[in-house]
Amino acid sequence: MILFFILAGLSIAFSLLVVFQRNVVHSALALVATLFLIAVLFLTLEATMVGILQILVYAGAIMVLFLFVIMLLHPGALEGRRTLWWTVGSVGGLLLLFEFVRLLVGSATPAAAPAPSSASFGSPEALAQSLFNDFVLPFEIASVLLLVAIIGAVVLAKREM
Amino acid sequence: MVPLDYYLVLSAIIFVIGVTGVVIRRNIIVVLMSVELMLNAVNLTFIAFSRSLGSMDGQVIVFFVMTVAAAEAVVGLAIIISVFRHRQTLDPQEMQLLKW
Repeated sequence: MILFFILAGLSIAFSLLVVFQRNVVHSALALVATLFLIAVLFLTLEATMVGILQILVYAGAIMVLFLFVIMLLHPGALEGRRTLWWTVGSVGGLLLLFEFVRLLVGSATPAAAPAPSSASFGSPEALAQSLFNDFVLPFEIASVLLLVAIIGAVVLAKREM
Repeated sequence: MVPLDYYLVLSAIIFVIGVTGVVIRRNIIVVLMSVELMLNAVNLTFIAFSRSLGSMDGQVIVFFVMTVAAAEAVVGLAIIISVFRHRQTLDPQEMQLLKW
């Protein structure tokens, strides 16, 4: 319980840093920290495989890509302060949050008791069993999606046609 | 055991922070990072429900969300690079070629 509150507080703080900060590189580093903390939250929820994938794919691959692009374009100047617009956006966000919390709290009807956690829950084996039995078609479609993304990225980033 | 509600509220908070980032920021890379934040908040919801219901399906969906997020980041960043090459800007307000 205490672990959850520490992780939750830290991940909220870092995700606030991602948004309310004018330096892009610092935002990216705060995002890496947030993704790490969320991965640890996954581990506390017995989603071992997904937590490790989160660190490898998100905090590793995707964030390196972001940092590469930031350093390639080196945006230089900090974004100007537009206090009015930031205030309006933040108030809108708070209203949305209020609505979410009002809808969410108490509406979830979980199983009567916390689900029994067998030793294999969340393991690579259990994930693969589910993935290759019930979700074979989405899996294949995901591979096509990745192929399209690769080709699209190469075509878009090429200098001239 | 932490109640399910706590995880839902946490992911709602992170999601709203992501939405706020998409709305207020004028740097397209940060906007893309805020979208990643929103996707992660949703992933947290999926994992919390998967634990609470004792089903692996939620984790498989998170796997697919990660795949789609990776594809989205790759294509989005490629578009940013090619726009930057033509316009020398990262400000989404100035990308109005398709605006009617």
